[in-house]
Amino acid sequence: MTDLNPLTDTDITIAVLDYGMGNLRSVEKAIEHVGVKAPIVDDHDAAMNADGLILPGVGAFPEAMRRVRDARFDELIGEVLAAGKPVMGICLGMQLLFESSSEHEGAWGLGLLQGRIDALDAGNLKVPQLGWNEVRWSRSSPLTDGLPSPSYFFFANSFSARVVNSEDVLGESDYGAPFTAVVEKHPLYGAQFHPEKSSAHGLRMMSNFARICVAAKASVSA
Amino acid sequence: MPPLKRVIPCLDVDNGRVVKGTNFVDLRDAGDPVALAERYDEEGADEVVFLDITATSDDRDTIVELARRAADNVFIPFTIGGGIRSVEDAQAVLDAGADKVAINSAAVKRPRLIGEMAEVFGSQCVVLAIDAKRTEEPVHGRSGWEVFTAGGRHATGLDAVAWAIEGVERGAGEILLTSMDRDGTKDGYDVELTRSVADSVSVPVIASGGAGNLGDLVTGVAEGKADAVLVASLFHFGEHSVAEAKSVMTDAGIAVRQIA
Repeated sequence: MTDLNPLTDTDITIAVLDYGMGNLRSVEKAIEHVGVKAPIVDDHDAAMNADGLILPGVGAFPEAMRRVRDARFDELIGEVLAAGKPVMGICLGMQLLFESSSEHEGAWGLGLLQGRIDALDAGNLKVPQLGWNEVRWSRSSPLTDGLPSPSYFFFANSFSARVVNSEDVLGESDYGAPFTAVVEKHPLYGAQFHPEKSSAHGLRMMSNFARICVAAKASVSA
Repeated sequence: MPPLKRVIPCLDVDNGRVVKGTNFVDLRDAGDPVALAERYDEEGADEVVFLDITATSDDRDTIVELARRAADNVFIPFTIGGGIRSVEDAQAVLDAGADKVAINSAAVKRPRLIGEMAEVFGSQCVVLAIDAKRTEEPVHGRSGWEVFTAGGRHATGLDAVAWAIEGVERGAGEILLTSMDRDGTKDGYDVELTRSVADSVSVPVIASGGAGNLGDLVTGVAEGKADAVLVASLFHFGEHSVAEAKSVMTDAGIAVRQIA
């Protein structure tokens, strides 16, 4: 079984950003399980005080972006990144990192990664994709340290990212057709699946992300 | 790649304790559903289902507390069923960290509940649990299985396959199909029943009731066309582990999640 590689004696915190979409408690508990405090936050200062940020989310892209903009979290995420702190989007949170989405009436995204979000090209498979799927890594990364290729993660999605720059793609999966499952453009990360519901592989990814936050903190203060 | 077939341990919970009991000697508290679910997560279970069978579960606090504790310790998707009668009940359980809710009698009593829940939470959160029993005399135009509630005590007159189809039309995202004839017998799943429902609906069907050996899991998927298999006593009593189940299924050519 995959070693969770939990963090010990760390005082970092990873903020879980609450913009009113989805169940954040599971994300909080998964990060706590690998030894890191993960407060659910909905204000600027609490997010800026943390050493890393998780952008979760379940639901529709346009509504999520409305809420993110109304709370001025688009600016906040920019500030967090400018401070050299890692940000990780999960599921819908990963999709928001891109330029736009064609979901429902369509919407502009955060534009932190080049590409757009379109419906899964699932062929005759059921949409939403709801279940476990394999993810293969395109290269090595601190985010996938200790994770086999393929690893298994739990997905719940109808849309996926069409990534412009192939160097941003860290992991691919296949559901009727290949799709991007993990993106990396340090200090920005994203996973289309739910690591908090993906057993040991998901928890290992959480501890890997926490270590990325520890390293980022050390390099900023150095 | 088509979805991987799932192995789902099911825990019957009465007043916060696992009912059927277990003989995991190394579990500090084998009667604790959360401890057992953690164990199954480690062994490679793809999801866990907790069914609250507390007779007097008018009080939803116990299942909400169970969901909270499970979310603290179990990092695979889990479903809570039993005692959920309204959107508010479901909301409380999902907010506590459950991924899906299963409804059974409440949906038979008021079918619109399925749609109300799907509207608020999405179909992916709504599991329609159906307890089906073979009818003695086959009736023309009916499937041959009738829906029962109250743990098999109450005949509803509903045709099981027709009810599954209606449930999906109303918004159920998954069918948890238990054969009351096979439940507890260890004679294997009712493959005909499972296939009849799986062939009739577009959503995943979980086969339940009767698994007596690991070969039954293979048969449930290969012949019953189930998308997932629900297993209780086979695992609880330590006869087999989830890992063994995965291994037997893999050998039979069924694609399942591997634990490395």
